[in-house]
Amino acid sequence: MNQKEGYADEVVKGFITWSLVWGVVAVLLGVVISLQLAYPQLNLPPYLSYGRLRPIHTNAGIFGWGVGSFMAFFIYITQRLTKTKLWSPGLAKFQLWLFNVIIASAAVTLMLGMTRSKEYAELEWPIALLIVVLWVIFSINIIMTIIKRKEEQMYISLWYIMAALIGVAVLYLVNNAGIPVSLTKSYSAYAGANDANVQWWYGHNAVAMVLTAPPLALFYYFLPKSTGVPIFSHRMGVIAFWSLIFMYLWTGAHHLLWTPVPDWVQTLAMAFSVMLIAPSWASVFNGYFSMNGQWHQMRENYLVKFFIFGITFYGLQTIQGPSQAVRTFSAFIHYTDWIPGHVHMGTLGWVSLIIFASIYYVVPKIYGKEIYSIPLVNLHFWLAVTGQLIFSITMWIAGVQQATMLNATNSDGSLHYSFMETLVEMYPYWYGRAFGGIIYFVSMLIFVYNIVKTINGNSTIAATKKA
Amino acid sequence: MLEKKPVIFLFLATVVILIGTAVTMIAPFKWINDPKLKIAEVKPYTALQLEGRDIYIREGCNNCHTQTVRPLLADVERYGEYSKVGEFVYDQPHLWGSRRTGPDLARIGGKYPDAWHLKHMVDPQSMVPRSNMPKYAFLQQPLDTSLTERKMKTLKFPYTPEELAALKGKSELDAMVAYLQKLGSDIPWRKAAQAAVLGDLKNPFLDNKTVLPEGKAIYEKECAQCHGADLKGGVGRALADIDKPDTYIFKTVFGGIPAGGMPAFGDSLGKDRIWKVASFLKSRQAH
Repeated sequence: MNQKEGYADEVVKGFITWSLVWGVVAVLLGVVISLQLAYPQLNLPPYLSYGRLRPIHTNAGIFGWGVGSFMAFFIYITQRLTKTKLWSPGLAKFQLWLFNVIIASAAVTLMLGMTRSKEYAELEWPIALLIVVLWVIFSINIIMTIIKRKEEQMYISLWYIMAALIGVAVLYLVNNAGIPVSLTKSYSAYAGANDANVQWWYGHNAVAMVLTAPPLALFYYFLPKSTGVPIFSHRMGVIAFWSLIFMYLWTGAHHLLWTPVPDWVQTLAMAFSVMLIAPSWASVFNGYFSMNGQWHQMRENYLVKFFIFGITFYGLQTIQGPSQAVRTFSAFIHYTDWIPGHVHMGTLGWVSLIIFASIYYVVPKIYGKEIYSIPLVNLHFWLAVTGQLIFSITMWIAGVQQATMLNATNSDGSLHYSFMETLVEMYPYWYGRAFGGIIYFVSMLIFVYNIVKTINGNSTIAATKKA
Repeated sequence: MLEKKPVIFLFLATVVILIGTAVTMIAPFKWINDPKLKIAEVKPYTALQLEGRDIYIREGCNNCHTQTVRPLLADVERYGEYSKVGEFVYDQPHLWGSRRTGPDLARIGGKYPDAWHLKHMVDPQSMVPRSNMPKYAFLQQPLDTSLTERKMKTLKFPYTPEELAALKGKSELDAMVAYLQKLGSDIPWRKAAQAAVLGDLKNPFLDNKTVLPEGKAIYEKECAQCHGADLKGGVGRALADIDKPDTYIFKTVFGGIPAGGMPAFGDSLGKDRIWKVASFLKSRQAH
């Protein structure tokens, strides 16, 4: 099958395995730090305190789990869409090693307190330099494969892949510019409001180029592969693609509404955030309309529900996001627990559901094995969705309550509640969030168990079946 | 046709990405660096403050505390004067944060005396019951000063050899408190806020015993951590035998004593509740 076609799939296996490892670590750390917020005595300073563990959670999640599996699928998808073997399998193997060295040293250095403090760009400069090397190797390999392709037409997934490669490179280089003091300490090249504006141009577009474009590439490839019917509209996909990568870059300052960053930058960010609903929902509708006449597959095909729930959470996410980007609503809700609720609908709901389904689709193909247990896949799905919804809904209610209390005033204009009076009301919600996180963690364990059993299982796919 | 030309496609995608980047990331430098936005009173960090700031970064305090007061009623009343662009020119990196699990710290400087911070950092719950902040007792370890001079040089901050020599024997906690006390206090906003408050003063609850339980409850929540549950003092002075008129107590609680470390409670408690506390304190006078 694949081996005959000569695709480099060994390295795909490696990236999938390691992204699973980092994914479990990320969710486990998420549970730990959610418990630390609810029970402060669980902080064990200096190494195991919330302030040091939280960046490890986000880095393991975004870069270990997210980017790790995107590397696997970019390599897998690109070879198939170009009908060409990966340009350099040897380079990809080195890339896998480098990737793991980087994630592991990220975890260790962050625990030791070596951090630059900027969200999702915490890693000190020597590791940041390694990441640049990693990304260049990866990009060259993918782009060279595309250039040497045998299939002339480039399918839309390749567009998102190329945009992500370029976008991440530009963002990462600019925001990580720093002045080293020693091997383990550096200062940002920018100061104050400049630094904040550069940071959130980076931070929000990391969402675009790491947590939107790559899962869309996967979605556009694996949904038709799973259902057996093509995407509804290529043209809608084209319009959505260009408007998405154009508009996203304007929106970073919606993280900085009401701060000293110039008002016009904030206003532009607000306007473009609202406009982003259009390209986002174009992808959502492209997914939905592709299901015309195929909705029965939601019951019958165990993969399809991951994609459709995933794209639905993407749709909800891209309605909620723009509304938070409006000044008035931001004034109310920003800095509260609403935001972690929002973020986790995107990461646990949209991105992870797409990655789960892609792994379920690819592992049987590249190992030539039947999936070990479909009932376990279904159990994994429902536990993941339940855990995520408990997490997000709890946090939305918590955010609204705290925002309301923080804004409450007495008749003489003084504040009705002290900060601590609002904080103590958050404890029950924090218990609820930890509960949702634990359910999600259990779902991850079931997922990993099923994949391991599939890989080690005896039930090979019958030779007559198409790969 | 674009779908068949990867190099042109990559070039176009880059251009499209750079348009928004140029307008919203590159252009704002010019606006933010406008010399008119400079604030003369804002000074670079001293060696001790900078070391404290680096510990703040190392411990990831920015994961729970923001450092920007927004020009919104609740923010300004709770934390103080809203933040100005010129106040952050020495912040590399910025530490504005994204989530207020704990309160904003942009104006924490001068709100509490050093003694309050020292006790609070070691055991937050002793000063703020039910707080979910981790204990930072381990910061009592000696400050590592091996990189201090290079740090000051890297950031081009002025320093003297005496200043560096004075770091000997300081703990990490000393540096952290020095940093916290600088935050937001370069501009004289506390004085300005204090001068604006008062009108005609008369205790509306004079001889009204029914408000005493509420006054006591407010005292226990807001004042006892520094003045003691039994009014015998601690970080703050003893209040058990305070021989001052109601209006003096009211003014002090409302506006605070910036030089003496007494925070202002006017915006957060309001006049009514402060008069109730004053009534409670008067009721506890020994004679």
